[in-house]
Amino acid sequence: MPCEEANHVCDKSQYKEASFLEKIKLTLHLMYCKACRKYSSKNAKLSALLNKQEPVTLKKDTKNRLQKQIEEQLKHQ
Amino acid sequence: MPNHDINPNNWVKLYSDYLYNYTITRVSNHEISQDLISETFMAGLKSMKNFKGEASERTWLISILKRKIIDHYRKINSNKGKAEVRMNLTSEDSEGNWLEERVLDPFDGNAESTMENTELGRAIQNCLSKLPAKQANIFEMKTILNYETETICNELNITASNLWVIVHRARTAMANCLEKNWF
Repeated sequence: MPCEEANHVCDKSQYKEASFLEKIKLTLHLMYCKACRKYSSKNAKLSALLNKQEPVTLKKDTKNRLQKQIEEQLKHQ
Repeated sequence: MPNHDINPNNWVKLYSDYLYNYTITRVSNHEISQDLISETFMAGLKSMKNFKGEASERTWLISILKRKIIDHYRKINSNKGKAEVRMNLTSEDSEGNWLEERVLDPFDGNAESTMENTELGRAIQNCLSKLPAKQANIFEMKTILNYETETICNELNITASNLWVIVHRARTAMANCLEKNWF
């Protein structure tokens, strides 16, 4: 498995979208590839951090409302 | 010195989450935060002519928001002494609204972890805002809002491999940024 693919599988597995076979291939690749090991651990760290954080984003309809407000106001200017 | 442009049509898309995080850590109330952001946008539109482009749009909006937050606390303060009983720890119409309300539930976890959570939220938003808009948008949809790959692809009209390339770039940038600012 080339490094590019390894990173792709690693990304997918962060979202639990990698297949079993892919994960085995990734593990094998990581055994001998230091660069990808580094990327994998960074990636996992990022996921852990993001999971710790509650989703702090505004809801879509709130955003739509704000957007409409702005557009209304722009029309009157 | 780079001159910054102003384009209110992109404000919601680019800054509303950032402003929300900034506000929620300061007023700890979802509704008030929303109102303050809305007021900030309106005030921004009114004084658009005064925008000289010296600071970025975001910095400029934050400076307006800061004034709004101060005004908000002034207002509460002047309401002191007037007998007013308001109990809205839980609202009846909380249906479908729980995503935001969960964010700063004072009874959920201890103060320390709440604080860390909001600080982390700001660090994440900060790093997100440094990404190119398209990357940030897709990364947010995929990682924070947890949309399915297929949904995002359909909505944005891109292929799955295209999406993964963008996600990969965003993840690399985010990991580096958070490594610098958080760990």
